[in-house]
Amino acid sequence: MSIEVAIVGIGMHEFGRTEGVSGMDQGVVAVRRACADAGLKWDDMQFAFGGSQAAGAADTMVSQLGLTGLQFINVANGCATGGSALFSAYNTIRSGVFDVGIAIGFDKHERGAFRINTKGAGLGDWYGASGLALTTQFFGMKINRYMHEYGITQSSLAKVSEKAFRNGAQNPMAWRRKPISEQEVLDSAMLSYPLTQYMFCSPGEGGVALVLARADKAHLYTDKPIYLKAAAVRSRRFGSFEVLAPSIALEHNAGPTVDASKAAFEMAGIGPEDIDVAQLQDTESGAEIMHMAENGFCEHGEQEFMIQAGETEIGGKFPVNTDGGCLANGEPVGASGLRQVYENVLQLRGQAGARQVPNDPKVAYTHVYGAPGISGVTILSR
Amino acid sequence: MTQVPVTEGVFSWPSQTPQLIGSRCVECGNHMFPVQSGCPKCSSDSTEEVLLGRRGTLWTWTVQGYPPKSPPYAGNVDPKTFQAFGVGYIELPGQIKIEARLTESDPAKLKIGMEMEMVLVPLNTDEAGNEVVTFAFAPVA
Ligand SMILES: [Zn+2]
Repeated sequence: MSIEVAIVGIGMHEFGRTEGVSGMDQGVVAVRRACADAGLKWDDMQFAFGGSQAAGAADTMVSQLGLTGLQFINVANGCATGGSALFSAYNTIRSGVFDVGIAIGFDKHERGAFRINTKGAGLGDWYGASGLALTTQFFGMKINRYMHEYGITQSSLAKVSEKAFRNGAQNPMAWRRKPISEQEVLDSAMLSYPLTQYMFCSPGEGGVALVLARADKAHLYTDKPIYLKAAAVRSRRFGSFEVLAPSIALEHNAGPTVDASKAAFEMAGIGPEDIDVAQLQDTESGAEIMHMAENGFCEHGEQEFMIQAGETEIGGKFPVNTDGGCLANGEPVGASGLRQVYENVLQLRGQAGARQVPNDPKVAYTHVYGAPGISGVTILSR
Repeated sequence: MTQVPVTEGVFSWPSQTPQLIGSRCVECGNHMFPVQSGCPKCSSDSTEEVLLGRRGTLWTWTVQGYPPKSPPYAGNVDPKTFQAFGVGYIELPGQIKIEARLTESDPAKLKIGMEMEMVLVPLNTDEAGNEVVTFAFAPVA
């Protein structure tokens, strides 16, 4: 009988810009809140996996949380850092090594678009010098091709942003809490055709921590355990179209999201039709649209009808990015994937307040995607 | 003004008709750009240098509408005089799709599938007064 894993405590530091508080300190706040939510103390944690991209080595936070001697492993995996911390914690419990531990992600980035470390990404200096080292260009080019192939409209791109800001307005932890209309989104500055300013998320700040335990002990800590049914991370295969690529193969491969999604559904023994609420990587509004199909929730092109009909709204048939997603929360890289899981735990507990989806959700899905072509998926159930 | 390439080894230089320098896998024929020693398709470590074609079709595109961060960008980043530039992938028949600047930045004039040809474009002037150039693709008239 294999060991099952439950999330028994969740904690978050508000996303956005918090002047005077380091990214690390935001992670510490998230850890304290997660432990309190589980009714546990830091010294109850038997292990931790944590990471940030730009805010320091996670394991140094023990000097503030307490030097308890626990196994603390730093995780660095780009945009999938938080997802990788969770994946590692999940497997640590499943393997039977420990009973209870924590996954932590936090970050704090400078303002404006991400500055790409071309050396770290394995790219020559000429690439950045020539004006090609911008992730925003990839997103513009991927959705431009997708719109050409599948008939997605500019209106749908704007409606995704409009929804994100409307949902963010209902989320006290979100960065951007002011609704913005479809027309305002369309009228904002064109950053990378066909994507305007309000169609892009911004690098930001925040922290999230999740306390995990063996499912058979979860009731010691919470009366609403949320079970982690699957956690999968996949990297790109030959022929996929990814961010920061000086060239791509002529032959086409669907990409790491399709692989991670299939692996997660197989692990959980369910299919896309069983998902009640989903948080999908929305670095920009086109990404949310493409990821709906890549994760198996519709056919390519069907998104146009679904979005225009309001199906992905909180009250719709298939709610997506109920907390406002990256668009309303910003993207502190290390924390972003864990924010999605935090939101799904609230939704499955029925504690999401004004943005609670009304369909009494039982199964929830998260998906992160990032450089250099990596995707992480989780499936949670009550 | 004397022209110098943004880097050695990315395109043939000096040349009247510069070509991108890539690799070809000896085992499976896969093309790579820039040059690399291992093949991501078949994992072979046997590759040879090849000059890539100068013409292809536009596979997708965008327009860089704001000044990139500098560094790493070597071109003009003054928000008052910054000129938007096109970026796209050009499909070189039988070889590979190449990411490049485009000489055209007007969305009304860029169409997926249009014929494109490689050219060189100026980025800036270095301390010695040389014009630093990089590669780009231009619509074929
Ligand atoms: Zn090969």
